[in-house]
Amino acid sequence: VAEGLNLLLVIFLLLNFWMLGTSRLRAVIHCAGAQGLLLGAAYLLMHATSGPRAIALGVAVAAIKGVLIPRILIGALRGQPIRREAEPFISFTVSLLLGALATGLAVLFARTLPLIETDAGALLVPTSLATVLTGFIVLTTRRKALTQVVGYLTLENGIFIFGLTLIEAMPFLVEAGILLDVLVAVFVMGVVVEHIVAEFSSLGGDELTELRE
Amino acid sequence: MSALLLLVALPLAFALSALATSSERARPWLIPIAALCQVPLLAAIGSSGPSAEGNGWLGLDPLGTLLLAYLTLFFLCCACYAPAYLRLRAERPNRLFCTMMLVFFSMMNLFGISQHVGLMWVAIEATTLSTGPLLYFNHNPRSIEATWKYLLIGSVGIALALLGTFFLGYSALHAGLESSLVFRDVIAHAASLSRPWLRAAVVLLFIGYGTKMGLAPMHTWKPDAYGEAPGLVGAILAGGVTSCAFVGVLRFYGIAVAAGDAGFARELLLAFGLFSMAVGGVFMVRQRDYKRMLAYSSVEHMGILVLGASIGGAGLFGSLLHMLNNGFTKGVMFLSAANIHRHFGSRSIDSVQGALRALPASATLFLFGFFAVTGAPPFGPFLSEFTILRAAVADGRIAVGVAFLALLLLVFIGMGATVLAVVQGDAPEREPARARERFAQVAPIVVLLALVLLLGLWVPARLEAALWSAAHFIEGAR
Repeated sequence: VAEGLNLLLVIFLLLNFWMLGTSRLRAVIHCAGAQGLLLGAAYLLMHATSGPRAIALGVAVAAIKGVLIPRILIGALRGQPIRREAEPFISFTVSLLLGALATGLAVLFARTLPLIETDAGALLVPTSLATVLTGFIVLTTRRKALTQVVGYLTLENGIFIFGLTLIEAMPFLVEAGILLDVLVAVFVMGVVVEHIVAEFSSLGGDELTELRE
Repeated sequence: MSALLLLVALPLAFALSALATSSERARPWLIPIAALCQVPLLAAIGSSGPSAEGNGWLGLDPLGTLLLAYLTLFFLCCACYAPAYLRLRAERPNRLFCTMMLVFFSMMNLFGISQHVGLMWVAIEATTLSTGPLLYFNHNPRSIEATWKYLLIGSVGIALALLGTFFLGYSALHAGLESSLVFRDVIAHAASLSRPWLRAAVVLLFIGYGTKMGLAPMHTWKPDAYGEAPGLVGAILAGGVTSCAFVGVLRFYGIAVAAGDAGFARELLLAFGLFSMAVGGVFMVRQRDYKRMLAYSSVEHMGILVLGASIGGAGLFGSLLHMLNNGFTKGVMFLSAANIHRHFGSRSIDSVQGALRALPASATLFLFGFFAVTGAPPFGPFLSEFTILRAAVADGRIAVGVAFLALLLLVFIGMGATVLAVVQGDAPEREPARARERFAQVAPIVVLLALVLLLGLWVPARLEAALWSAAHFIEGAR
């Protein structure tokens, strides 16, 4: 189990870097979606033996984060002239470097946090923190509303990796987190992005610059 | 159904009936009726003493009681303003607005009675999502941008709070404890929680709930949201959501204190407090938009709240008192600013002048609100800010006290220039068809101002006892 989990987590980290380095919106969405699927797989891998509640949770994570939300986002992309991120606030090279720095810091910081011995996979906490930071970088350096949403999703993916340690002891917390996901998916993405499209007639973010000091 | 759950269910029932009501004129009246119904309900619950229900997930402790009593009064005043406001905006459908307002009210109540870290998190999340449509009431590009920032930054804050909650849970797991995240249990076992995880959790939770409070540097949603939102929504955000989030911060501060790590938490709060006051003060200077100015004033006052909490003891008492004062004062400011905005149709001091002549009542209230919010006697904020200052000096933290005073002075000067520009001067000639002041638009503000004045002149003994028992409850001197 531990080896399988570590493999999943390494792929997770690689997806982080891919997301930071690519300018194609579709690829960014697919990265976040693939992470969602990996997350569901990891939940099932670690907790398949702990009863129907944990299995249902794993399936729900994969379905919502891996399939449903990426589909909504790809759907929002359809009919738009934009395929690529319009020049981000920092270049892709710099954001890759920042991502590497964040991953390094995450590893260092995770060392100071003592793990329960039975928790397999020393990569768990560093991957979680690195993904949270990656999501934060994407969220703050890209102009498109859609990419910002993907950044938020990545940040959440990182949090849910950490949730792996808590499913058995506190399933309610993880389930509440999924609830957030569903609601944000419906409210922020479904409704607001649609309104942004209607108001600015192209997928905003870039256009959302009227309000500033 | 239990009495506590009724606090959540009642406004929700009103929300459903608002959704079902077809009359645009009648619907807004459901908001004040719902608020009014809560008064006897809360009084009945309060008189039956502390209670706990549902495995201890729901309950009213001294802090929750204080918050709910305050929110009920505050929301009642704002609710009475709603019908008059929505009548002015009769050109816009108000079904979604009324429904979401009541859902929001229900979720604030849920926050007040939550005794579980996860449940409280769900409640604060629900307040964020339900206020989104309220912000977007005006349906124009500027308001969608403000709503977008509000939801996105708020969601990130909430997500970080979730991570902090996970960390807190893990710190209990690591200590081999019964994995309950009911506040009472966490505090009882706080000393044995894993310290590194607890510290990481406290940092994340402060950042997460601090984002909802609008502490700098997580405040960036605030000027846009408060600037674009209808004044009524600005009032309930500045007086309601931020107060809830502050109570959340206090609950986690209480856990840190119980774990014997008070020093760490206090340093964090002090840093957030001074930085927020500085950011609020600096951006208020030469601010030309009077609604954005109010947003920065809110950032500043959130700073005062956590600064007071960081001093502890009498400082925490002052800070809780300031929570009430700030809320009522913000109500005065936002609602009177809304009247001014309605009349002039602009938020910039370039085109809004002479409000005292055009709208004597609203502009006078706005001016008094300004004196109250900047801490001039005899209003409430003066008393609470003075209490915090005295606690800082008595604690030997002279530098903190001096910085506190200097920042208050900066705010007074910065804000004064903008407010005076709005109220003074000659009103430009207007066609008489412009929105005029009605009684229902002014009376709720007068009540709010009276409350602010009352709290400055005389703190009732019962309130003082409630504030002290909440302060003692947080810091564990039970």
